[in-house]
Amino acid sequence: MTIPTEQELKNIIEALLFVADTPLPIERIKSVVPADAKTIKDILSRLAVEYEQRTGGFFLMEVAGGYQIRTKPEYAEWVKRLVQPNPLRMSKAALETLTIIAYKQPVIRSEVEHIRGVDSGGILRMLLELKLIRVLGRKDIPGRPLIYTTTKRFLEIFGLKDLRDLPTPEEIKGLVNPLLPEKRHPDQLPLIPDEDIENVPKDTLISEDDKNILT
Amino acid sequence: MSEEPEEIYEVHLKDIFEGPMDLLIHLIKKNEVDIYDIPIALITDKYLQYIDWMKSMNVNVAGDFLVMAATLTHIKSKMLLPIQEEDEDDPRIEITRPLLEYLQMKSAAEHLLERDILGENTFSRSLDRKDLALDNEDRVINVGLFELMDAFQRLLDKIPAFKELDVSPAGASVKDKINELLDILEKEGSVTFDQLFDKNSTKSEFVITFLAILEMVRLAIISIVQHVQSGIIRLFYL
Repeated sequence: MTIPTEQELKNIIEALLFVADTPLPIERIKSVVPADAKTIKDILSRLAVEYEQRTGGFFLMEVAGGYQIRTKPEYAEWVKRLVQPNPLRMSKAALETLTIIAYKQPVIRSEVEHIRGVDSGGILRMLLELKLIRVLGRKDIPGRPLIYTTTKRFLEIFGLKDLRDLPTPEEIKGLVNPLLPEKRHPDQLPLIPDEDIENVPKDTLISEDDKNILT
Repeated sequence: MSEEPEEIYEVHLKDIFEGPMDLLIHLIKKNEVDIYDIPIALITDKYLQYIDWMKSMNVNVAGDFLVMAATLTHIKSKMLLPIQEEDEDDPRIEITRPLLEYLQMKSAAEHLLERDILGENTFSRSLDRKDLALDNEDRVINVGLFELMDAFQRLLDKIPAFKELDVSPAGASVKDKINELLDILEKEGSVTFDQLFDKNSTKSEFVITFLAILEMVRLAIISIVQHVQSGIIRLFYL
């Protein structure tokens, strides 16, 4: 094999992306083509821009620590006519459990159950089988419980670059939540806002409650 | 409760509460109360009413619901006491804190679902042959159940046929065995199939080890591969 020109290098990387069935990390590309990481990264950005300008049926996605060619969401219905989709059939409870693990990892079962307030053994088992979470090891506390983390597959499925790509708690709060009144403390996740406790005389707290008991 | 049983039945059929937290959130929403200022007496009453209803419908009330009922009642009683110290926390913090955390996780879960999900909104190439990337020299294949059973049968054949009557007490359970194997794997990272079977063990010990291996594969704790040339089956800790 002769040393490829820069144009050829781009074509080669495109070819690699075309055949890969999992996101290709830059390191993996580097082990195949004679180019350094920076050159590869530049080429990948150029390819991404090219696909974008082409306004075609697919785009280049940075996901799970690598790069992958994916179909555009607007054509999902058509793709589904061709391939047997393997949809993520998850109950709300399973999704919540997965979210808790994603945010709190590494996490043990009792911590998950503490947040959900309900037994989660069955759901953890299911998430393990779906390979969305895995066992990292065992915690050095009595009972040596298993420690869970999310997998690369989790990142792939939800299109996340890495775990830092998850919205931060601050960003989550910006999302619609009818239970959290907007006017109250939009910038932090307070337990019971300090100034409220200060402003409200203690006896008011009690008398308000007395009212409720009477009704 | 004065309502018609049918009426209540209909209402609650729509609301399936996964746990006490879900029920609590439902009550807070329904009664339009401020989560930072929960009228604890009202919510506790409604909560207990619901538990009563579940009991009357012969629904098995899970222990989790009762724990929450106890917590709520405890907070309610604390609220009635005059506050002794200035810096004393609002007793409701005990319930507000987990509720907020749970709500936060619920929003995060919704947010995750809004993403372009692979296999639902977006698709990638998928190959049947998983072994493309592997070098031919050192190829391994993922072992199916039948190869595993063959290997197990070969091991069983090695047990001496004549054995004295076994009156020893029952050995380790599958659960104990999994823990034992986890210890080995944690240290070694990987182990061959044969290594796990002590030639001097009894048949039942063999069976327990084998069941433990199967269970660990099912739980995605280990993966099993077989070397193409040597035929050695190896277990990898994931």
